[in-house]
Amino acid sequence: MYSRAYKTLVSLPPLLWVGLFLLLPYALMFAHSFWAVRDGALVHQWNLHNYVTLFSKPVYVEVLLRTMRIAASVTLCSLLLGYPLAYYLSFHAGARKELLYQLVIVPLWVSYLVRGYAWKTILGSEGVLNGFFEYLHLTHAPVAFLLYSPFAVVLMLTHIYTPFVFLPIYAALEHIPRPLVEASHDLGAGSAQTFLRVILPLSIPGLLAGATFAFVLSLGDFLAPLLVGGASGTMIANVVQSLFGAAYDWPLGAAISVCILIITISLLFLSERLEKRWSFK
Amino acid sequence: MSGHAPTRRAPLLAIYSALVFIFIYLPVVVLILYSFNRDGVGGFPPRHLTLDWYRLLFADAPIWDAVVNSLIVAAGSVALSLTLGLLAALALDRATFPGKALFRRLVLLPLILPGIITGLSLLMFVVFAGAQLSLLTVFLGHGTALISVATTELFAGLQKMDRAQEEASLDLGATPWQTFWRVTLPNLKLSLIAAGLLIFTLSMDEIAVTFFLIGRDNTLPLEIWGRLRRGITPEINAVSTLIFAVSVALIVIWYRVRTRGLGADAQELLERL
Amino acid sequence: MSSAAANPQHQLSAALEALLELRGVAKRFGAREVLKNISLNISSGEFLTLLGESGSGKTTLLRLVAGFEQPSAGEIWMSGQRLDTLPPYKRRVNTVFQHYALFPHLSVRENVAYGLRVQKTSATEISGRVDEALRMVKMQEFAASRPSKLSGGQQQRVALARALINRPLLLLLDEPLSALDANLRKQMQSELKALQRELGITFLFVTHDQEEAMALSDRIALLRNGALEQVATPREIYAHPATAYTAQFIGQTNLLRGEIIDGTARCGALQWPADSPSGSAIFSLRPEAIRLASDATAPPGTARFRATLQQQFFSGASELLEVNCGGGQLLRVRISARGPLSGEHDFIFSMADAIRVQE
Repeated sequence: MYSRAYKTLVSLPPLLWVGLFLLLPYALMFAHSFWAVRDGALVHQWNLHNYVTLFSKPVYVEVLLRTMRIAASVTLCSLLLGYPLAYYLSFHAGARKELLYQLVIVPLWVSYLVRGYAWKTILGSEGVLNGFFEYLHLTHAPVAFLLYSPFAVVLMLTHIYTPFVFLPIYAALEHIPRPLVEASHDLGAGSAQTFLRVILPLSIPGLLAGATFAFVLSLGDFLAPLLVGGASGTMIANVVQSLFGAAYDWPLGAAISVCILIITISLLFLSERLEKRWSFK
Repeated sequence: MSGHAPTRRAPLLAIYSALVFIFIYLPVVVLILYSFNRDGVGGFPPRHLTLDWYRLLFADAPIWDAVVNSLIVAAGSVALSLTLGLLAALALDRATFPGKALFRRLVLLPLILPGIITGLSLLMFVVFAGAQLSLLTVFLGHGTALISVATTELFAGLQKMDRAQEEASLDLGATPWQTFWRVTLPNLKLSLIAAGLLIFTLSMDEIAVTFFLIGRDNTLPLEIWGRLRRGITPEINAVSTLIFAVSVALIVIWYRVRTRGLGADAQELLERL
Repeated sequence: MSSAAANPQHQLSAALEALLELRGVAKRFGAREVLKNISLNISSGEFLTLLGESGSGKTTLLRLVAGFEQPSAGEIWMSGQRLDTLPPYKRRVNTVFQHYALFPHLSVRENVAYGLRVQKTSATEISGRVDEALRMVKMQEFAASRPSKLSGGQQQRVALARALINRPLLLLLDEPLSALDANLRKQMQSELKALQRELGITFLFVTHDQEEAMALSDRIALLRNGALEQVATPREIYAHPATAYTAQFIGQTNLLRGEIIDGTARCGALQWPADSPSGSAIFSLRPEAIRLASDATAPPGTARFRATLQQQFFSGASELLEVNCGGGQLLRVRISARGPLSGEHDFIFSMADAIRVQE
C-alpha cells in the first residue's frame, strides 16, 4: 500500500538524524574511552589504560559498588512503596480509583529539581525535619546523617522513582481480568493465596519494567548526590561528571560512561527476556 | 448486565497507601509552605508568612531570562521531536529496511539511559564538530533525546488507527500525500497532543543532558541549579512553587481537553500516559 | 405472574430435598433494582436453568449464590445453613465462568489442581484426582498445555474439570456455551447433560437461549426484569405459559388479544367458545397447534377460521406460514413440508390449545 518513495521519505530523515546525533556520539564516546590525556590535552593514542584503571583503582571500584548498592536500595524501596499502592488502587479503590491514579501521576509532572531541592530543605541540619524533631523535643541537636549521606540519596531517588515504578505495575494489574480473581476465590483461595498464586505472577512483567527503569536511572544519576549526597554519597556518575569538568580526563570519563552504558543495556536485555518469559495471554 | 464486583475493604492496605501518598506529597507541601516563610527554608514551624519572596522573584531578571530561554528550547524541541518522531513512527509502522530492529532500539535508548550518557556523548560530538556550546546545542540535546517520547506515543497511535480509513481514502481518489494530511494526521491528533505536552514538560525540566550542553545562556533548571550552589533562599521555594502551579495547571488543561467529548479515546490516552 | 411449581408432588419433593433456598433475595446497584424479591428452592441433583434476556438479573442471581455479590435483602441458605454470609472461598459452590477464566500462567493440569492445592491436599491425591477429572472431560492429552493453546470448547472442558474436581454441592454455570459455535454447542449440551446425570451434582445453569434451557433442564426459572416470571418444567412451561411474555419468550407463539363475552372468545377474526371469566383476554396459540382444515378431520372442540397466505418459509421438515385473517391480523402456522401454497385456506385448531395468559 505504501510506495517505495513514501517509505524512503519517512525513513530517511529520522535514520539520518539518529545516525548523526545518537549513533555517532555513542561511537565517539566509545572511541574516547580508548584514548588518553597527556599534559592536559587529548591524545588519540589507542590503549586500554582507562579500563584497567577503572577496575583496579580501589576508589573507583568502591564508588561503583556504592552506586550499585544505592540503585538497588532505591529499586527495592520504590517497589515496596509502589507495588502495594498500585495493588490498592487496582483492587480496592473502587470508584475513587481514577482520581487517586491522577494524584499519583501529578508529581511526575513536577520538576525533578524542585523535588530534590525540597528534600534538601527538609533533611538539613537546619531543615524542616530537624526543626520538627526539636519542636517536639525529640532531639536536642540536629540529626546529621539525614542530609549529605547515601541515606539522603536513596530517600530522594525513592521519592522520584516510586511513581515511575507504580505506573507499569498498575497497568499490569489492571490488565488482569477480574474473573480470574473471582475464579480463584471460587476455588477456595482467600485474598492472600489469590495474590500469591494469581495476581503476583501475572504482574511480573510490569514489576520488572518498573524495577529496571528505577535501577538503571538511579545508577546513572549525578544530580541527587550533588544535591543531597555530600562526600559520602557520591555516585559513579559524579565521578564521570568531574572527569569532564575540573578533573579533566575525558578518556577515563568516557570509559566509565561506556561501562554504565554496557551495564544499562545488559540489564535492559535481561529484563526484556524475563518479561517475555512471564508474559501470558 | 449486572454491575461490577464490589471492592472489599482492606484497611491496613488503605493506611499504608495513604502513608505512601503522604511520602509522595510531603516535600511539595513543605516547599510551598516555606515559600511563604519569612525566616528562611528551615526550622519548624514556619512563622511570619509573607509574600516577599515572590516579590523578589518577580523582580529577578536573570530568572525570567532563563524562563524565556527554556520556553524557546522547549518549543523548538516539541517541533523537532514531533516531526522526527512522527516520521520514525511511520517508518517503524510501515517500512522495512535493514537495521530496522537496531533503529528501533536506538531511537528508544535515550528514554531509558541516564541523561549523563546522552549529554556527554553529544558533548563529545559538539566538540568533535568544533562547535560552541549554546542554547542551540541544548536544543539539539533535548530534541534528540525526546524523539523517543514522540515515537513511542505516535507509534501506539498508528497501531490503534483503523488502517481501512487510509485505504478508503486512496480508493476514493486521494493521493498518499492528501491521505496523510486528511486522514492519517487527524487520527493522530490525540497522540500528537499528548506527546507534545509531555515533550514540552520534559524539556522545561531537563537538567542531566542540559548540564553538559549549556553555553552562556541558562535554562530555568540550570539557573536554579546555579543559585542552589550559592545558597538557599525561599526565593527558590517561590519559583519552585510557581513551577509546580504551572505543571498542575497544564495537567488540568490536558485533562479537560481530553475529557471534553473525546470519550473512548480519552480512556486510552490516559492509559498510555 | 406465578412462581409456583406445576404440581403438588414436585412442590413436596422440592421442600423435602431443597439444597439451595433463596428467600426473598433482592439486589440493588445504586438506584437500580436488578433483582426483586426472589424466592426459589433448588432440589438436590436438579438441573435448574435461570433463563432470561440480558438485563433480566439472571447472572446477578448466579453471582449472589457464588458469593461475588452480597444480597441487598433476603437470605440464601444451603443444606440448612446460611450461605450469603460466607465468602466465596468458604462455600461448597463452584463456578464455570462465561469466558472460562482459566489461569493463563498455569498449565491445564495446574489449573484443574488449583482448588485442591489451595486446600493443601496431598500431592499424590491431587495427581490422581486431576487425572480422573481430565478423563471425565476427555482432556487428558492436554494436561501439560497452556490455556492459550486450546480452542474454546477445550477451554470450556478444562473450566468444567477445574470446578468439578472440588466435588461441590452446587455447580454454577454462567452461560458456558454462549461463546461456542452452533455445532459445538449442541455437542457440549449433550455432554453436559450426561455429565450431570452421571455425577448427580446439582447444576444451576444460566442462559438466554430458551432452546438450550428446554433441552437441558429439569426445571426452568424464567426471569424478567429482576423477578421470577414462571418456574416450571420445560414441558409445563411450554404447554402452559402463565403470561404473554413467557409464551413469546419460550418457543414461538401467536398472541391473540381480544375479549371473552358470555362464554365466547373473540380475537379479531377468530371466535370460539371459551369457558373462562368475561373480560379482556390474551391467548397464546402455538403455530404448530394450527393445522390446515384439509389435512385432517375436525374433532369436537375445534375452532375454525379462514385466512390468506402472505408468506411461506420452508425449513426442511416443516413450513412456516404467515397468514392474514383479515383486518391486519397476522398469524403464524406451522405445518409439515408440502411445497408452495397460495391463496385462501381454512385453518383449524383445538380450543384447548388456546391458552389464556396474563399480560
